[in-house]
This record gives sequence, structure tokens and C-alpha cells, in this order.
Amino acid sequence: MTSPSPAAWFRRALPTRRRAIAAAAVVVLLATAVTWAVWPQGPGVRTENAMLTVRSGPSGDQPVELDTTFYLPDDASSGRKVPAVLLAHGFGGTKESVRSDAEEFAGRGYAVLTWTARGFGRSGGEIHLDSPDHEVRDAQRLLDWLAARPEVRTNAAGDPQVGVVGGSYGGGLALLLAAQDPRVDAIVPMITWNDLSRAFLPESTGGAPTEGVFKKGWAGLFFGGGGNVGSGPAGLSGATAAQPQGAPASAGPPSPGPGAGPGTGPGGVPAGAADPSCGRFAADVCAAYLRIATTGRADQAAVDLLRRSSPAGVLDRIKAPTLLVQGEADTLFPLGEADANARGIAAAGTPVRVAWFTGGHDGGSGPRSDEDRVKFLTVQWLDHYVKGEGDTPGDDFTWSRIAGFDALDRGLVATGFRRADYPGLTGNARREIPVAGPAQPIANPPNGNPAAISSIPFAGGLASLLDGVAGDVPGQHARFESTPLTEAVDVAGAPTVTVRAASPTGEAVLFVKLYDVDPDGAATLPNGLVAPIRLTGLPQQVQDARPVTVTLPGIVRRVEAGHRLRLVVATSDQAYTTPAQPTVYTVAVDGAVTLPTVSGEPIPTAATLWRWVLAGLLAAIAVGLVVVVAVVRRRHRRQDRSVHPEYADTPLAVRALRKEYADGFVAVSNVDFEVHPGQVVGLLGPNGAGKTTTLRVLMGLTQPTAGEIYVFGRRLVPGSPVLSRIGALVEGPGFLPHLSGLDNLKAYWRATGRPWEDAQFDAALEIAGLGDSVHRKIKNYSHGMRQRLAIAQAMLGLPELLVLDEPTDGLDPPQIAEMRRVLQRYATDGRAVLVSSHLLAEVEQTCTHAVVVNKGRIVASGPVEEIVGESPSVLFDVTDPVAARAVLDRLHGVRVLPESDGQLVVDTNGTARSEVVAELVRAGIGVDRVVPRRRLEDAFLALVGENSRGSGDR
Amino acid sequence: MAGSSVETPLGVTDPAGAARGYRPSATMPFAAEFRRQASRRRTQLALGFMVLLPLIILIAFQFDSGGDDDNGRNEFSSLVELATSGGLNFTLFSIFVSASFLLVVVVALFCGDTVASEASWGSLRYLLAVPVPRARLLAVKLVVALAYSGLALILLAGTALLAGTLRYGWSPLRSTVAAELEPTEGLLRLLAVLGYLAVVLLVVAGLAFLLSVTTDAALGAVGGAVLLWILSSILDQITALGAVRDFLPTHFSTAWLGLLSTPVQTDDVVRGCISAISYATLFWGLAFWRFTRKDITS
Repeated sequence: MTSPSPAAWFRRALPTRRRAIAAAAVVVLLATAVTWAVWPQGPGVRTENAMLTVRSGPSGDQPVELDTTFYLPDDASSGRKVPAVLLAHGFGGTKESVRSDAEEFAGRGYAVLTWTARGFGRSGGEIHLDSPDHEVRDAQRLLDWLAARPEVRTNAAGDPQVGVVGGSYGGGLALLLAAQDPRVDAIVPMITWNDLSRAFLPESTGGAPTEGVFKKGWAGLFFGGGGNVGSGPAGLSGATAAQPQGAPASAGPPSPGPGAGPGTGPGGVPAGAADPSCGRFAADVCAAYLRIATTGRADQAAVDLLRRSSPAGVLDRIKAPTLLVQGEADTLFPLGEADANARGIAAAGTPVRVAWFTGGHDGGSGPRSDEDRVKFLTVQWLDHYVKGEGDTPGDDFTWSRIAGFDALDRGLVATGFRRADYPGLTGNARREIPVAGPAQPIANPPNGNPAAISSIPFAGGLASLLDGVAGDVPGQHARFESTPLTEAVDVAGAPTVTVRAASPTGEAVLFVKLYDVDPDGAATLPNGLVAPIRLTGLPQQVQDARPVTVTLPGIVRRVEAGHRLRLVVATSDQAYTTPAQPTVYTVAVDGAVTLPTVSGEPIPTAATLWRWVLAGLLAAIAVGLVVVVAVVRRRHRRQDRSVHPEYADTPLAVRALRKEYADGFVAVSNVDFEVHPGQVVGLLGPNGAGKTTTLRVLMGLTQPTAGEIYVFGRRLVPGSPVLSRIGALVEGPGFLPHLSGLDNLKAYWRATGRPWEDAQFDAALEIAGLGDSVHRKIKNYSHGMRQRLAIAQAMLGLPELLVLDEPTDGLDPPQIAEMRRVLQRYATDGRAVLVSSHLLAEVEQTCTHAVVVNKGRIVASGPVEEIVGESPSVLFDVTDPVAARAVLDRLHGVRVLPESDGQLVVDTNGTARSEVVAELVRAGIGVDRVVPRRRLEDAFLALVGENSRGSGDR
Repeated sequence: MAGSSVETPLGVTDPAGAARGYRPSATMPFAAEFRRQASRRRTQLALGFMVLLPLIILIAFQFDSGGDDDNGRNEFSSLVELATSGGLNFTLFSIFVSASFLLVVVVALFCGDTVASEASWGSLRYLLAVPVPRARLLAVKLVVALAYSGLALILLAGTALLAGTLRYGWSPLRSTVAAELEPTEGLLRLLAVLGYLAVVLLVVAGLAFLLSVTTDAALGAVGGAVLLWILSSILDQITALGAVRDFLPTHFSTAWLGLLSTPVQTDDVVRGCISAISYATLFWGLAFWRFTRKDITS
């Protein structure tokens, strides 16, 4: 391009601009995806923070300040009232612990009231453990407050449409509030208790809480968490105390994750007012704890106090439909608590639905699938019973089982199941697995140290699943094992077993646990759950002992075939208080472990959907392929197969060919020529004239911008079958360097798929003339050798049109001469040859016809003689060019061509050269040299001009 | 010399005007391309290494001093510990160590080199002038490249299984995420893992192939595909990207571990298949679209 015009610049800029647009589109797409992923979701929610003073206490006149936050959907108003949710937090938490859940409910169109329970955070008052007179009454006053809000829908004056949702401490409140206040329309208590005294003082043979074994680990954590707020020793109010405070609050769904909100912990509470031994606990609660913790036994007064805070006694008064969600990984409130609640509420005729998930106080919110299920069930429950939308939720039972580790993020994976009715903890079928072992003596360690470790509160689901946590102390436990199971058992419920024990003191505290032992001997204690028992009136000898039935905590687990069950009876457990005196008991286990099983159908998960998506995708690809192939075939069939009558016998006809590259550069602007049978046509032109581009189009490598090429009358497009009648060498040889010359030719012919005998290898190899070198690898070939092999390849199968681009490149003079003869001979029998070259002599001597191109255009074409013309010229090197010119001008017919540099180019026009020289010598002019001008060169230079600079690379 | 002395195919015309014996669908037969690639040193080396790698690992395990080497508590240390427990586990280990990089490179090599190398030798234009229809050329090249990729995978697993079984015996398949699997069941799982890996590697195959038709530099196509794969793996480590990571082609590349658990976790496997097949289809579609329209200037 000699003069880049703005238009040309623009055209050249186009492709890059297009590329820039594509790149920008990708960037925008990515950015959108990122933003969409990161953008905080949900519609607008507005919040109001307030310290509300409510009056409660036994007589309802003790004021207490509660720290509240009221979440309202943006569109809620007195004109557009919304139902409400009272959202309670867990023990040790604050209203902040449930913020994300509150926002989610508000996003679903509920007014949500959260508050920090009395005794926690910035709220006033003392902790009464969900006492009906205190916490529950506080909540009743909050219901009053909700009813008074203009945005909240009411059933009647002072009766808001409200559901109560909460986990653990908040779940207990939900149950107790529903029992105490009929205004509650629905409740969703999660991972909560039925009988607080039984939860902290369990006894698995059915003994009363006064006989229970104190769950000191959990009790201590809670007492520490509640008692030390603001006033505890530095060690406890730090990070270690923060975890137990926050964890119960966040452990319960529908919290989206364990990290949703750790308790804000020490708030603005004046520390000086608190009793250092009780913290913010109410005096009666504190005293009861201190008594129990000191002796490890509960007196009736303490049990009564805990019972007062338990739904157990008031379940028949709950009329609000109840969705009970309980965790399987919960050593604090195991599945039995929800089971008791479910039976009690259902007995009163109130709709109850039960769901188990794989989290809990030990397992957190569980895997994603469980979170989603619990969230779905909760929303469905509230939408129907509070908002009045959606069908009646069934009372079917859903549960899930840990299926293993997630392969990608190493979290747990749970499989969900569904069943029409709730079977309770006894399952709908049983399997008896005999366990055997001799009666064994086991020692009770003094003061319960060292103790077996079955669970660590808040260690999380992983810890209780891995056997690393469970450890029994040698000498302190007895084992009874089954044979390997012949088939897998899906346990869901509370297994039972019969145990006999003897004790020199007549009493024994024992811990019964059921391990799943894999073939390698690794034992797993499902969720770290143990059954503590306190036996009294025991004989000295185990033979005399009465069998007692122990009901183990409910578990959901698949025991694989080949695994064994191991029943362990231990004397100590770190989580419980055991008798301080060292004793040696003898224990025996009779018969079998009864495993309850529940049959259910797996809940379809997203996996099913994805499977359909995959099937759909494969089908779509298959259909797409078929369609594409069909379209291509069709287009192929409709392809122009006609023969242009005018060119039917013409090996090559190029018509008005134009090739414009994407950057706007015009390589070939208008080229017309024909190659007829028997002709050897030379395509002549300076470098960059457009020769190679023309040949590229001719070989179907490049799409022309305009114009046609006909080969034997067939329109030539990339891939036209008629190309098979052309043999070509374009832009140098192209061989596989690791193959020998012969193998290359064979590989090429194999690729044509044509009959082997048509190839005429011998003839081709003869032309190549490589001798034994044909067996050497191409990479060792010289340039000329490759060139000759390439010409041989072009001649394989003796194509009717041979197209050679600079064929003599790299050949030595004898080879050039030989090549000349080969080409001339080739163009017989109706064959034709097209040779492109910039070597004029070669074309002149080889070709019958020539086409001269320059700057993308034909400047001359026809027989070589015609182009050369009838005027052979001679170059004279003389001593005095001016005088010589004068002499020559006088000679008849002799013409001096306009050329200078001390040389004369003379068209002698028939006059003998000797005669011209004689004339010059006669005129006294010295003649140094007389050289016949190469005739085509003259013509060529005359046609293209000597200066080919600026024509660019075409 | 040539010319009049030999029989000429002149005057032979078929409906399309092609030379005698020429049929577009007969050009570039699969076997011819397979041989063409087999003759190449890089094919022989890559396949040879697939056989050699398990043997090298096997020999390396022989040097185990028995000492408590510091495999750490990383998530897969157990795989190393279990590797010598049987032929199946040894195979699993061999697959595990090669899946994240070696197989990616090998697949990228087979699929990225195939067209670009022809372009760089200049032989591509002679194939197109045969003429081999462009779509057919690509299809045969792709199928052959995939065949070699599959062969590499099979050679690796086969050698590992054979050598591992001879050395460590025919034992159940063990892993940390599942109960022990009986050898027959374990073999099935192993085949499923191989199948899934093959599907995941289709992304690499697609990407490398697209680059291969786009550039004349074979190294650029192979390296580019591997680089983009690594980039995707790095991005996948950044949890802050959230849901965007699900769309990364490497996101599900380790989902085959789910096939070892009991019950089999197919959720991510299925999603991985969807992701891989979508990407591969997209890349191949682009490759065909591009190549059938492009000007061959090499």
C-alpha cells in the first residue's frame, strides 16, 4: 500500500475491531456472571431496632428490656399487611445470630421479629431457661406488640397471624409459647428438647431423671456460656466461650451455615451486678445447676424446675400445627426428644410433621441438601399455616442419612428419604443381630478419670463420624461383637439390647454404645451417641443379674454388608458424671441387638434433574449433528454440478478473479486467463504480483472475493472434486519430516483414497531422480531434493492439469534443463501445465504461452512469441553512446530503445547484428560488448516497468 | 520419462468431474491417518511414557524405607498409603497422579498438534488440494486424536493394573471415602473413573483442537490448551468466585472421586459430564466452523 487512505485504514482496522468487540462481549459476560454470583440477593427489607420493655414474671408486672429487631418487607404497610414470624435464637446467642434467617423470611413476605432473650446480650433480666413465667411470657408480650403493628396481619384484635420458629433454646420457646398462647398459628421448633431434665440427666433403661446420669459436658458448656457473660474469668469469656455461645444459635436450621452468626457474646451488661458463681442465670436455676453438678445427681426440686421449662407436660395444649426438625448428630437433644414431642402433640389432634436431618448440636446445619430440605419444609409449613398460601403440607416423614464424603469439597453428603407415615424410633421393621462375648469384668475409674471419649460438644459432624474421636479405655469396657453382616442394614431409630450387670456395691453406671466395625477393624460410633444407664440392686455375680433392656439413642446409619456390630459397655465417659469410687463391675450381653429399620423412597434430588439435563444435552447434540450433516449433504447435493459448455475441454479458465484480504489489501484485482490442453503456460510477474494468491485460490485453499475458476468446465470452489484432476506444487514442498521420501509419497497417495495402481509411483520417482535417497528421511534432504520430490508428488496419478509454483527453485542448471524437458513432454495427450515463475528465461524456454501479472492485474497474455514480439533487440556497450545513437538512427529500420546508462538497447528489426557493428566501427565508435537482449525480459520490463517496488507482497 | 508412455486417466468423468477413483468420502481413510500419526516420534514417546509411568511408580515404591515420611494430613495422603494395597489401588493411584496434569498434556498433545503440525510442515495444503473435504479432514484428524488419547488412558490404566496386580495382588479396592469394594466391583468403579476422566479430558481435547486449527504453531496449540486448563484450575481454587466456579471447565475434574464412595455419588459426575460435553461441543463446533471457512495461508 503506497498511499494508505483513511478508508483503507478503516477497513484494515475492522477485523481487529471485530475482535475487540468479541473480547469485550466475553469480558462483559464474565463480569455479569461474577456480579450475579456475588450480588446480595433478595428484595428490599427494612429493619427497626428497638429496646422494648415488656412486663412479665409470675405476676406479669416485672419490667424487662428486650433488644429487638423488626424486619419488614419493603412493600409491607398498613394497607398491605403481612403475616409475621417470631424468630427465636439459640442459647448463648442474640438476635444477631438469626439475622440471615430473618432477612430470608422477610424476603419471603413475612414481618419478622427477632429479639435477644432475657439474660443474653443487651437484653435485661436473668436466664430462666425458657420458663413459662419469664421467657415465654416475654414472647407473649412480643405477640401483643406484633398485633399492634399496623403492618402485621391479624386474625382478631390483638391476635397476630404469626408463626414461631427457633432452634434449640428458641425451639423450646416455640413449643412452650404455643402451649401457653393460642394466638400462635404454627411453630417450627428445631433441634430442641421435650424434657430438659431427661436431656441433661438421661437414663436409657427408662429410669427417672433423678436416677439419670448427669450430662456434665453439655451442662457445663451451657452454664459456662450463660453464666460467664460479662463476668467470667478471662479464659472463658474469650474465644473458647464464644464458640459454645454462638454455636447453639447457629447450629439449628434454617441457618444457612455454621458461620451465620456467632453470638455477640458479652454485651453492654453491667458486670458488677452479677453473682460470680451464677452469672446471668436466675438464682433458682443457678442453685439447681450447682446442686446437680456437685453431686452428679438431681433432686426432685431440680427436676421439677427443669420440667417446668419443658414442653413434655404441656404438649396437649399445643394447637398450632407443628413442624419438628431434629438433628441426628446431636448428643444434647437426640432424636428421642423430637419423637416424644411428636407423639404428645399428635395425641392432641394437632397436625405434626417430623423431619430428621444429619446435623444437630454436633453436626451443624448438615450438608447442603439437608439445609435445602429443612428450609423448604419450613417455608412450606409457614406459607400454609400462617400466610394461608399453598396446599396443606402432608404429614409425611423425611429423613436423611450420611452417604459419605463429598468428593469435591470433602464435606458430607447426605441422601434424603421420604415415607408417608412417621414410624417413630422403633422403625417399621426390625433386624435382630446377635452379638456375642463372654461376661467381662470392667473397672470404674476413680473420679471418672481416665474416661472414654465418645463425643466432643461442637466438634462438628466430621469428628463424630471419624473414628478418631471415639476411644475406649482398656480395662474399662467390655466388647460384644456380631459376625459380619451378610447384607447391609439401614438402621433408622433407636436400637435396643439386653444387658446384665453385677456390681459389688449393688449399683453401676454404665455406657452402652453400638459401633459399626468395618472389615479392617476400624470402628465408628455413629454420631458419638451413647446410652448412659444407672442400674441399682445389682447382685455380686453376673449369673444372678436380671436382664435389663437398654434403648440406645436413635441413629440413622447404613451398616454395610461385611461389617460387624460391636456393642461396647463402658464404665466411663468424659461427657458424663460417673461415680467417684473405683469399682469393678461384671457385664454380660444376652442375645441380639434389635435394629429398627425404616423403608422409604429416596427423595429425588437435583442429581435426577441433572441426569435429565445430561440426557437432553446428548440428545440435542445427536440431533444437532444429524441436522448439520443433513444440511451439509443437501447443500452438497444441490451443489453446482453443471459443466460450463464453453470451458468443458479447457483444463483451466480463470474469470475476473478478485481476492481481497480481510485487512482490505487487494492481492488480485482482476485476473482472466485460460490454459488449454497441450499448453505450458507461464504465469509471470514480479514478486508480489498476485501469482501465489491466484494459485492458492486455484488449489481451493483460499476463497476468492469475486470471479470464477473453471476446471474442465466445472466451477471450482474449495474442496471441489474436480481438484483431484490437478496436481500441484504451491509455495514450496510440504512433507512429513520424519518419513522417507517414498513413504511421504505413499502417505500422500493413501490420503487421496484412490486406487494404488493409478499413482504411477515409478514414473514420479523417475522424475524426482533421487535414487537411493528416496529412502532417507525428508529432514535430511537438501532444498533441491525436496523440490524435486514435491514435483514428483504433484505428478502422482498424472493429473490433467499440473500447477507448479516456482518449480526450478533450488535446482541446479542441469536439473533445470531436465525439468524443462519434463514439463514440455508432460503437456501432451491433452494435459496442460501452469508454471508460475519470476525467472524470465525459464518461462521463455519452457512455456508455450505466458500470462504476465502485475499488481494484481493481467498486463499481457498469449503465446510467448506474441508477447515477445518480432523485434529481437540487442544491447550495445559502446565508448560514445551519443555518437553511436546518431549512427544507429541513420540505419534503416534500426530503432534505439529509450534506455540509458551508457548502454544502447537496439531493435535491429531484421538488420544483421554484424552489419550494425560494422557501421559503428566505421564511424569510429568502439564497441566493447554486443549482447542479445533476452527478449521476454524486454517485453516484461516494458509491461511492468522496471521498478516493481511498492507492489507489496501479493 | 512420464507422459505418453503410460496409461492416462484422461477422458474419465464422473458426475462431479473428479479424477478416476476419487471419492470425497474415501479420502483420508482413518487407517491412513492413524498410521500417519503412529509414525511420529511424539506419538510413540507419549504412548511409551504411559506404559513407563506405572513401572516407574512401582519401582519408586520399592524404595519405601518404611519410615514415617511426611505425607501430611492432606486429603489424598491416604491414597498414597493405600496405593500398595493391591493392583486396583495401585491403578487408582497412577490415575490420580496423572489425571491433573500428565493426561491433560498428553491429550492436548494429540489433539492440539494434529492439524497445526500439518500446517507448519506445509502438508496441510496438499491434503486440501487432494482434495480432502475440510470437514472430513477435521473429523478424521479428531477421531484419530481422540483414539490416541483414549489409547494413552487405557495403556496407563492397563499397565498399572497389570503391574500392580502382579506386584501387590488382586485385592479389594480401598479408599477413605467408602467401604472396601470387592475386586470385581472395584474394577467396574475403576472403569467408570476412567470413563469419567475421558469425558472430562474432552474439554482439553476440544480446546487444543480449536487452537490447533487456529494456529500454525503446534506448540502454541498444545501449550495454549494446557495453559488455559491451568488457569481454570487456579481460578477454581478461588472460592470467592462462588457460583462462577461451577462454569469453569476444571471445576468438576476431580468429581471421579465420588465414584469411589458408597453409594456412588453421581451428582457432580453428571454435572461434570454436562460441563465437559458442552465445552467440548462448543470448541469442536467452533473448530469446524472456523476451519471450513478459513483461508489456508500456511
